[in-house]
Amino acid sequence: MIRFDQVFKRYANGREALAGVSFSIEDGEMAFLTGHSGAGKSSILKLIALIERPTRGQVFIANQNTAAIKARGVPHFRRQLGVVFQDHKLLQDRPVAENVALPLIIAGLPRRDIDKRVRAALDQVGLLSKEKSLPLELSTGEQQRVGIARAVVGRPRLLIADEPTGNLDPELALDIMQLFKRFNDVGVTVVIATHDLHLIDRFAARRIPFREGRVAA
Amino acid sequence: MSVSAWTLRHAQTLVGSLGRLVQAPLATLMTMAVIAIALALPLLLSIFLANIRAATAHWNQALDISVYMDKRASAARSQAVAQQIRSRPDVSAVRLITADEALAQFRSVSGFGNALDALHDNPLPDTLVVTPALLAAGPNDVEALKTALAALADVQTVQVDTQWVTRLQGMMEIVNRVGWLIGALLGVGIVLVIGNTVRLDILNRRAEIEVMKLVGATDGFARRPFLYSGVWYGLGGGLLALALCTAAVGLLTKPVAHLADLYDSPFRLQGFGWRGGVAVLALAVALGWLGSWLAATRHIRAIAPT
Repeated sequence: MIRFDQVFKRYANGREALAGVSFSIEDGEMAFLTGHSGAGKSSILKLIALIERPTRGQVFIANQNTAAIKARGVPHFRRQLGVVFQDHKLLQDRPVAENVALPLIIAGLPRRDIDKRVRAALDQVGLLSKEKSLPLELSTGEQQRVGIARAVVGRPRLLIADEPTGNLDPELALDIMQLFKRFNDVGVTVVIATHDLHLIDRFAARRIPFREGRVAA
Repeated sequence: MSVSAWTLRHAQTLVGSLGRLVQAPLATLMTMAVIAIALALPLLLSIFLANIRAATAHWNQALDISVYMDKRASAARSQAVAQQIRSRPDVSAVRLITADEALAQFRSVSGFGNALDALHDNPLPDTLVVTPALLAAGPNDVEALKTALAALADVQTVQVDTQWVTRLQGMMEIVNRVGWLIGALLGVGIVLVIGNTVRLDILNRRAEIEVMKLVGATDGFARRPFLYSGVWYGLGGGLLALALCTAAVGLLTKPVAHLADLYDSPFRLQGFGWRGGVAVLALAVALGWLGSWLAATRHIRAIAPT
């Protein structure tokens, strides 16, 4: 599903975030990217979502070389991908259901299908009763679950998350992680960047540790 | 995406962007007012010009040429010349005012009766009042007719005042050009005002646009609501401009009619008509769309999620 081949990333400010990273993640696998902040985890996720491009080396997603995806093709590429952010990135002035519906509206689905799939996604994260609430009326944990519902509503084959439990207390964090595990159980490839080693000890999933822009031995 | 879903989506965006504008009524109204004033100025000027043109269109034709006969010419001679002029194709009527009639008229209106009595003989010549034919009413035609009349035997002087009409038309041509220039400049102004408003709007909603792009929105999708805002700004500004001009025409109708009556003219002030109104609205919407398109295309492309 994902293959990094000798990937280097140097940002415009000169910081070298990735210094020759190679690894691959199989279809249907669940993997944790671990390491201190600045180790390169976030850069990996940004390269997967085409938010950034590698300075050198190649990134393959679903057997497609991402270098071949031009700017025009990026929106369409992102629709096949579910992304969860540490700060949720919800639209604060729109109710939960509309936030979750956003990827489907963008993809141009008929309203009927959108309503059905939004309710299904909200049901999966246990927030069906909150569909009309505004994000700010929800707790942080609930907001994160809305973010997850939005990421999975398009039924992506690949779900990536950057520190999805970063702002949550341990109990809520475990909840969220179990939610990701459930999606992985039904075949979705899940890649989560986290520095919470205690939490991921409870999951039998692969870890890819990063240190100073490299995969640590 | 099916056609009906596409149409529905556009309709929703259209209404949605209107909803956003209504949420900030004062700011929206201010922007629309700026557009309205910028549209109303050239529109009023064009209404003014159209009315002047309508009022002066027939002045050449209403213009009479005064032909003064030599004082020594007999009344019979004047009659003959009148007949000669009457036969010309570029003349529609000739009226002879004899020296005696002219004197009587002058005596009755001038109040110089006693002074005139002191004169031994009538100082006034016979006068022929020549009305040019409608076909020959252009300034050049009138000028040619004048030359021909002056060449007739026993004609002393030919007086025709076409010059001021020609000058007026020259002036109106300049005002017309200035009007177009001002209109063009204000049109650019409208594009810039809407562009700037949309730019600020985009900056305010930067986070939202980032999120949209992150979940797969194309630039075109993110731009759409802003294009509709521009269309609404244009439409609102256009309607306001029409209201302003209607009010201005309404204010002037009565005094203009009064003035026209004083000149025995049937002239009445004309507004812009429904065609003009539709044209102004279409132009306003087009400028709104253009302004928002220019700003949104540039600034939305520049927003990249991080």
